[in-house]
Order: sequence, then structure tokens, then C-alpha cells
Amino acid sequence: MGVAQPKTGTDSEPQAEVPAAGWRKVAAARHPRRPRCSDFIAALFSDFIELRGDRCYRDDPAIVGGVGRFEGHSLVVLGHEKGREAKERVSRNFGMPFPEGYRKACRLMGLAQRLGLGVLALIDTPGAYPGLGAEQRGQMQAIARSLEVMLTLEVPTVAVVIGEGGSGGALALGLADRVLMLENATYSVISPEGCASILWHDPAKAGEAAAALRLGAWELAQEGLIDEVVEEPEGGAHVCAAATFASLARALARHFSEIRRWNPRARVAKRLARFLACGRYEEAELAG
Amino acid sequence: MPADPNPASPSSLPCPGCAAELKVAALAELLWVCPACGYHFPLAARQRLEQIADRGSFAEWDPGVGSRDLLGFVDRIPYHERLRLARERTGLREAVLTGAAKIGGYAVAVGVFDFRFMGGSMGCAVGEKLARLFGRAAARGLPVLLVVASGGARMQEGCYALMQMGKVTAAAVSFKRGNLPYVALLTNPTTGGVAASIAYQADLVLAEPGAVIGFAGKRVIEDTIKMRLPAGAQRAEALQERGFVDIVVPRPQVAPMLARLFGLLGAGEQGGPGPQAAKGEDDGSGAAEDGDRF
Repeated sequence: MGVAQPKTGTDSEPQAEVPAAGWRKVAAARHPRRPRCSDFIAALFSDFIELRGDRCYRDDPAIVGGVGRFEGHSLVVLGHEKGREAKERVSRNFGMPFPEGYRKACRLMGLAQRLGLGVLALIDTPGAYPGLGAEQRGQMQAIARSLEVMLTLEVPTVAVVIGEGGSGGALALGLADRVLMLENATYSVISPEGCASILWHDPAKAGEAAAALRLGAWELAQEGLIDEVVEEPEGGAHVCAAATFASLARALARHFSEIRRWNPRARVAKRLARFLACGRYEEAELAG
Repeated sequence: MPADPNPASPSSLPCPGCAAELKVAALAELLWVCPACGYHFPLAARQRLEQIADRGSFAEWDPGVGSRDLLGFVDRIPYHERLRLARERTGLREAVLTGAAKIGGYAVAVGVFDFRFMGGSMGCAVGEKLARLFGRAAARGLPVLLVVASGGARMQEGCYALMQMGKVTAAAVSFKRGNLPYVALLTNPTTGGVAASIAYQADLVLAEPGAVIGFAGKRVIEDTIKMRLPAGAQRAEALQERGFVDIVVPRPQVAPMLARLFGLLGAGEQGGPGPQAAKGEDDGSGAAEDGDRF
């Protein structure tokens, strides 16, 4: 898989620069004018119909889903939606889904499976919502289930981290045949603030945490945890959204045309093998 | 952080549940459950195995698999130093102990988290040990029991740790294509990325009384909703009422309950022929061979 090399800097900046560099990535991924999931859907799809509700409890506006046409193919689209204006941001819970959001995603992935449609997932969330109602309705079970459903789809799947890839709530839509990241997106096991608060006992160390977590797109591509970095215009996706959309559309067309050729059973085996191979560890020879 | 069940051997200690002063020797006899209030003390992985596995039946798998510091992660303490301390303190190489055992005569593949080892957190080594556990269980026709005590993914391994949620999901779904049961026993605490992946991918979810189970921790939730969490909101009993726990099992009943379940769900006494049992065996002591995984 051709992964382009980082254009700038590596990890060997002088010590004092490290927290600042780490934080710049986080700030870019969270930029208030960064294109949102709905903007990508509007730009990438020639027709899109939103489908709502988990058929159990309610519709969760933090995850949008529906069917649309991309390059002549119908796809099921899922994505975290943070919203733009203050009121919409609140109604979308700042892109932090409740369990019903993941259950809607599972329902729509099931639809894709039955109708043989590919799935595109656009990831942009600080994380799954850590509130009381979310807990009471089984946030952990909803995420665990979404991971299972997505991993076993026999249809072609691509996930793209377009902004913030915040821990399990992001990964729940991320177990795809191909995983891409926009250049200024981040993908992390925990928010830098949460990490700083737990490990440093000081939320003000979020810059240090961001640098230590190596959450940038180029870093993750180097580790082999994602397949491709999709370049953004100089200054970030919001500077020229049209160029960002075009750049992603090209990458998506290429990946979908490649993975569409896999046969369905081999596809699941391949996807399972990909995620089973994730990780590096050591193995000591122990006596006895 | 729960009390170490084996502190530097005082002869008695106060119960965190009711403050009663308890004799350690008597507590061990009672499986570390307070006779006054029923508080379940945390158990080390080997203590747990001693309580649930038939005597002498446990054969460990993959004892040499351990995480390393992939990112050069330094917070207040460098990660490699945290690993060294955890290994020294627990005598374990990683936060999960896996192997083959018998429970009430039934052969099972079993994994037990040890919360003392970095909060039972899941990094690459825990992910690999669990993947091998499920793979070997499928190959040998064994049901799986996983005893969970974990705060979630191991932050010091960054996105590698997050991806372990995908890895263990792949292991669980592969195993569940066969017709063998996967039972999880959730103990205090079961939260974060471990709760939101392998724990809740089990066919049956058992929990110990009072165990805290959830996605987010209490403090994070309270910071989010700006109010105190109702008492017991994340305890096993409340989750059972809401439909997220099949059976709350007090510790003395865990081993007999597991034996009954494995009997009813069709486990074989010799680890009978599962759907993929023909795929081959290994000696169970070393690295999994390729052919021994899925």
C-alpha cells in the first residue's frame, strides 16, 4: 500500500517543541471551520437520502446514516456529525454518540449486507458520550456489537477519519477493509486531556499527552495502523474544502474499485486477518 | 485502586465495604468475601484460578508474551519502567493469564485479567494472548471463559492499544462461528475499551456482586453530567436490571455455576470434538503455530 512520506517534521523536534507540535495536530483536527461529515456527504454523493433511528429507542443525531450514490455505486454511508452552529452542535451532542447511534449504525450496516451495498464510514468524534443515560442503555454493549457487525460484513467497506478519531467511539465505525485518514485528522486511544488527567494528574499537560500518544495521520501510517493519508490543502481542509473533497473522492474511488473485486468470503477472512495482525509485542523464551 | 489481596502479610485488615476487622486466614477460607457485608475483595489472576479451576488442571499458554514500549511513552514514569514495576510486583509478564483448565471436570480455555498489572489494561500483549486463547479454543473444541478485571485500553501504547479492540473482536467473532460457548465473568472493575469489546462480545455475561461495569468511569460521568452518580448506578445488580448481565454470581457459587453452565451448553469433558478440532494441537506451552490459529 503506497503510503506517502510526511512532508514536514518528524518526531525528533527539540524537547520544548514537542508538546506544542502535539497540540497543533489536535487543534487542526478540531478546527471549528473544518468540514463536517454532512459536508463530505453533500460533496461526495450525487444523491443521498438520510435514514434515521435505531428502531429501539430513538434517533441519535450524533451519527448520520443513509444511502447515497458515489461514482455510480450505491453505498450505505455512516458518520459522526458534530454540527456547525451552536444550536446544532448541542442537538448533535458535539458528535458524541449514545448507544442508539451505534445501534442505528448496526441496523444500516445490516441493510448494506443484505442488499450487497458497500459501506463508507466517516469518523469525527471526541468519543462516545460518557453520560448516565448512555451508560444505562449499554454504551459498552452497543460499541462491542458495532465492532462485531462491521468486522463481519461481506460487502466492501472503507473508513475515513476526517477529523477526530476519539477512542472506542470512533473505532466502532472503523473496522473496515481500508482505513484512511485525512492529513490533519487524529486517531487516539484516549483524548489528550483525559490522558493528561489520568497519567500526569494534570489536564494542563494535554500538549505533552498529545505528543506522546502519536495520534497524527503520518505517525499512524508509519506504524502501519492505517492504509493511507489523504492530503489536505496547505493550511488545512477548511482553507479549500473543495480541494479536500476532491482529494478524498479520488482516494475513495481507487480503494473501492480495488476492494470491490474481492470475493465476499475472502473479504471477511482478509479483514479478520488484518485486525488480528495488529500490534507488536515481544515473546520471551521461558525455561520450563 | 483496590487493596492488594496479599499485602505484606498483616494478620488482619479492615473490610473496605463495612470496615469490620477481618482475619486474613479466615478471609482466604471464605474466598476473600467479607462475612459481615459480602464485599468481594479483588483477586489476583492466580488466586482466581485456584478458586475456579479443578486442582492442578491449569496449564498456562504463552507465558512469554509481553508488551514493550513501542512509542517511547513517558508520562510521570516511563512506560518501560511501569512495565518493569508491574512485572516485579505481580510476578506476571502481562495483565492477562491464559491457558487450558478444567472446571467441574469440563475442559475449557480460560483467560483471567489481573487488575494489579497496570489496571488490567489491554495493550498489544494482552490482545495477542487473547487472540491466541480464542484461536486455540476453536482449534481444540474448547469453550472459553474470560474473567475480566480491567480499566480498559492501555494508554501508553497509543493507537496500538485502541486497535487491540479490533483484534480481540476478530478473535471473538472467529471463535463464535463455531458452536462453542464463550462465557465472560465480569469482576470489579470492567470498564472502557475492554468492556466495550471482548467483555460484551460474550454469549453469556456473568458478574460478581457489586462489580462496577461500564464504558466510562464514575468521575468522567460526573464531570459530564455535572452531578453525582446515583449510588450503585454502575454496579452489576443495576446492570442486570437493565438487561446487561445474565447472572449475578456471588463468589462461592462461581465455580459450581460455571460447571453447570458448561454442562448445559454442551462442553465436552475431554474438550470434545469442536467444529474445527481437526485442525491440530500443540503442546500448549509455547508460541502458537500459524496453523493453530484460525
